[in-house]
Amino acid sequence: MTTAIAPDMSAVPLRYSAPIGGVAGTSFKPEHLQAILGAKQQRGFFEVHAENYMGAGGPPHRALEAIRRDHPLSLHGVCMSIGGPQPLDKAHLARFRELVARYQPALVSEHLAWSTHETSFFNDLLPLPYTAATLRNVCDHIDQVQDAIRRPLLLENPSTYVAFRESSMSETEFIRAVAERTGCGLLLDINNVFVSATNHGYSALDYLADFPLARVGEIHLAGHAEQADDEGDLLLIDSHDGPVADAVWKLYEIVVQRRGPVPTLIEWDSKIPDWPVLRAEAAAAQAILDRCRPTGLTGDRHAA
Amino acid sequence: MPPEPDLCFAAAFAPALLDPVRPAPEIVTGPNGKAAGKRYDVYRNNVTVSLIDALAAIYPAVQRITGTDFFRAMARFHVRGTPPISPLLSDYGRDFPAFIAQYEHAQMMPWLADVARIERAWLDAYHAADAAPLSPAQLAAVAPERLDGLVLIPHPAAGIVRSQFAAVTIFAANRDTSPVGRIDAATPEDALVTRVEFDVVVRHLPPGGAAFASSLMSGRPLGEAAARALDAATDFDIASNITGLIEAGAFTSIAFGDV
Repeated sequence: MTTAIAPDMSAVPLRYSAPIGGVAGTSFKPEHLQAILGAKQQRGFFEVHAENYMGAGGPPHRALEAIRRDHPLSLHGVCMSIGGPQPLDKAHLARFRELVARYQPALVSEHLAWSTHETSFFNDLLPLPYTAATLRNVCDHIDQVQDAIRRPLLLENPSTYVAFRESSMSETEFIRAVAERTGCGLLLDINNVFVSATNHGYSALDYLADFPLARVGEIHLAGHAEQADDEGDLLLIDSHDGPVADAVWKLYEIVVQRRGPVPTLIEWDSKIPDWPVLRAEAAAAQAILDRCRPTGLTGDRHAA
Repeated sequence: MPPEPDLCFAAAFAPALLDPVRPAPEIVTGPNGKAAGKRYDVYRNNVTVSLIDALAAIYPAVQRITGTDFFRAMARFHVRGTPPISPLLSDYGRDFPAFIAQYEHAQMMPWLADVARIERAWLDAYHAADAAPLSPAQLAAVAPERLDGLVLIPHPAAGIVRSQFAAVTIFAANRDTSPVGRIDAATPEDALVTRVEFDVVVRHLPPGGAAFASSLMSGRPLGEAAARALDAATDFDIASNITGLIEAGAFTSIAFGDV
């Protein structure tokens, strides 16, 4: 009876991978592989930097295959240089597409940033001015990525330390326009919002109020570090080397209440703790997601 | 085609990233007229430190030998002069051994560049394509009269590093944290680097072994490779060397004649 209307899953194109819903996940770090495989399988997902799996073979792919067997995967590109003025690196885009095809990730994301100029790769997420010209350029690059991977990309808002004199629109205006023109989704990094708001002296809540939350397909949470600017004022650094700050947790709760549950990642990329510590951060995010989860029985279906 | 004038921000932003003498670019600022100096320095620091970290991850034995401060100072020079040209950092640092060889402060360690070459080959083997190694039985099945013309297809992970110094012993002694005993650095050593399944193994080749293995891996037939090995070492033992290479996983398959 039901087979007549159920979709044939084998015929579903790659780009429509199953949504994972309001689940909290963590960065996958190879040093945690045995702890993860040894533990009872838990709800969650793992995110990897695409570039770490662009080698031909060997242990990295074996580890990722082992993780992917039992868990949804998020593929997070770091080096596409979408925000840069020069054409995308075709070879790099091809490698990215290959990973999407091979591992069929539930989420695919990249950054509103650039990292390559001429022939030099700078290995950092560098900022760009927000102008009509850079908007056209970013949209063109996202179109190329989405054409290649045949599915929408989630674009991540940056953390920044400087502003460009030539910028003619705000970051949220820019990101909203990119999403509208390209159809891409958004990866909202709430730590980045907090870091940038502090560094540029604006309100994180105002930023979030202007952010197109309906487009958000993933949230990132991470730790930051503190430095000082030339005037001796607080300058926050997006360091990914510690627990999520209390202020970022508060912003996260506000976003989840407004947006509803969204896949949420704890990013932790240096001074990596033991697996239980990272897992506990994800559990804290899961608790917030679950509090906001419509129960089905008691929830008001029309509330959203 | 150069970018349109409105997209010149990267050309203005990039040059000072690896040049600490240049001031922060004019096109950037802090909020409300605040200065951009220390703010721009965050990017400079991210770029330089992350690339030095990348070299440290590729060359852990070199770093252990030199000590962290020496290594990071040396790596900083290299990063500033030779930034990566690929977004894949596992490909970075191919020029670092040659840089070490001419680095003024490393001249008292003439073997250090060869240790780095072994570490670079180690990482290449680690990321190389997966392939099943040739089994000894496949070679045993070849008729004796065909052996001279036998060609062996190298495994994607296989590599050779030749050294006038005891680079293999120094490498092996410094890839972990156990104490290092006395090493006679003046003994020449050649390395065979392979990866069967998922463990990279570095072996010390006997005299003539590198000439033999290099010939085979560049597609020369067995007879010719053996002649080159005997030129290099008159007591070269072909049978034990070919067995050793196959057991190490240096090849994937056999063919005949030039390929």
